[in-house]
Amino acid sequence: MAQSLDYLKETPSQTAGPYVHIGLAPGAAGFDIYKSELGWDIAGPNAAGERIRVEGLVIDGTGSPVKDVMLEVWQANAAGHYAHPEGGGEVEEGFRGWGRVITDFETGQWGFDTVKPGPTPGRNRTIQAPHLNLWIVARGINVGLNTRMYFADEAAVNATDPVLNIIEWENRRATLIAERTLRDGVPVYRFDIRLQGDDETVFFDI
Amino acid sequence: MTTEAEFYQRDRDRHPPAYTPGYKTSVARSPRYSLISLENSVGDITGPVFGHDDIDPSDNDLIYNYADAGQSAIGERIILHGRVLDENARPVPNTLVEIWQANAGGRYRHKKDTYIAPIDPHFGGCGRTMTDAAGYYYFRTVKPGAYPWRNHVNNWRPAHIHLSIFGTGFAQRLITQCYFEGDPLIPLCPIIQTVPDQGAVAQLTAALDLNASIPLDTIAYKFDIVLRGRRSTLFENRLEGN
Repeated sequence: MAQSLDYLKETPSQTAGPYVHIGLAPGAAGFDIYKSELGWDIAGPNAAGERIRVEGLVIDGTGSPVKDVMLEVWQANAAGHYAHPEGGGEVEEGFRGWGRVITDFETGQWGFDTVKPGPTPGRNRTIQAPHLNLWIVARGINVGLNTRMYFADEAAVNATDPVLNIIEWENRRATLIAERTLRDGVPVYRFDIRLQGDDETVFFDI
Repeated sequence: MTTEAEFYQRDRDRHPPAYTPGYKTSVARSPRYSLISLENSVGDITGPVFGHDDIDPSDNDLIYNYADAGQSAIGERIILHGRVLDENARPVPNTLVEIWQANAGGRYRHKKDTYIAPIDPHFGGCGRTMTDAAGYYYFRTVKPGAYPWRNHVNNWRPAHIHLSIFGTGFAQRLITQCYFEGDPLIPLCPIIQTVPDQGAVAQLTAALDLNASIPLDTIAYKFDIVLRGRRSTLFENRLEGN
């Protein structure tokens, strides 16, 4: 026997369930209760950088869109700073860099508007390519899933990104890269998340 | 003076695995490949910061936060309170805690809930608050009812309150559920049975707390929440390199 370590243990996760909207997006559940719901404006009005839209589906193992998902986004601003005391530097007033997105109950489509983030420092003096951190919860997901969305038009820096390069299977890296198109002059990135099956998205244990 | 580095690795043996066939919905929604393990970088040790301007002080009172003037929610009046701590047993101050739940009859105020139990016109079913400097939080609400759900046809969810907690870094982000001491449905619930460790199930079960109850008014349950702890950088290996 030895002395006991007096660490606590993390509270276990439980699924967000089908009614996550009541707590985190009550307007979508069908009622109005708070003075403001959190997470609808990711970048705020003053953020520098390119304004973009991101859209997609979350697809289950049967190939069907999942229609009761909540995603959270956490991202740096165009200068590569997170809105946090340890985030690397100043951000614009009103830039939180965090958002909540829910899928349409009928179609499973989700989408949000933000600014394209800049590169951020990686471990051991590497540079991480611009990316969005995503966290996915839903009924049937027991522990929230962490993934990242990278930008197809950043091929050069994606090629040296330390996280993409840690993924042993080069063909799976493509599951994290969103294609860019223009719609009415606005860049739109398409990012489908496949929970299971062919082209299963890479998820991370961070 | 030490600074803080990455979060402790998540103990996946205490969390439910992704694929838990007793909880049928997980079957088609569970990744089959292993998660790719990453050392934390800046986007993981940071997370959104909220302030008291983001919420109203009354958002934590579910008995009244959706009730018409002079009315209140129907049901057993309870206080749910506790502390948000990290694995180093340090309080997590000024962090956002959000909850949602069914009403006393087991019915959610949600356009997708069609259970026969009635909606309570004076109960919304959600609340939010910030922990104080000591990591303490509290809500007043009604005890939610048990309700049936379509998994096996005779499955019933024990009374539970959903909680969403942030912490200081996105790697601490957590959604969980709080159950109530003594509920005979707890060991029968397929969602609770996804948790592989009985000690972990106990950690999800709020204790009856008569000391915190308000005599002749409201009964209390205590539910502490533990988020991942962070390592101190004693010598080396800072996130950005040395």
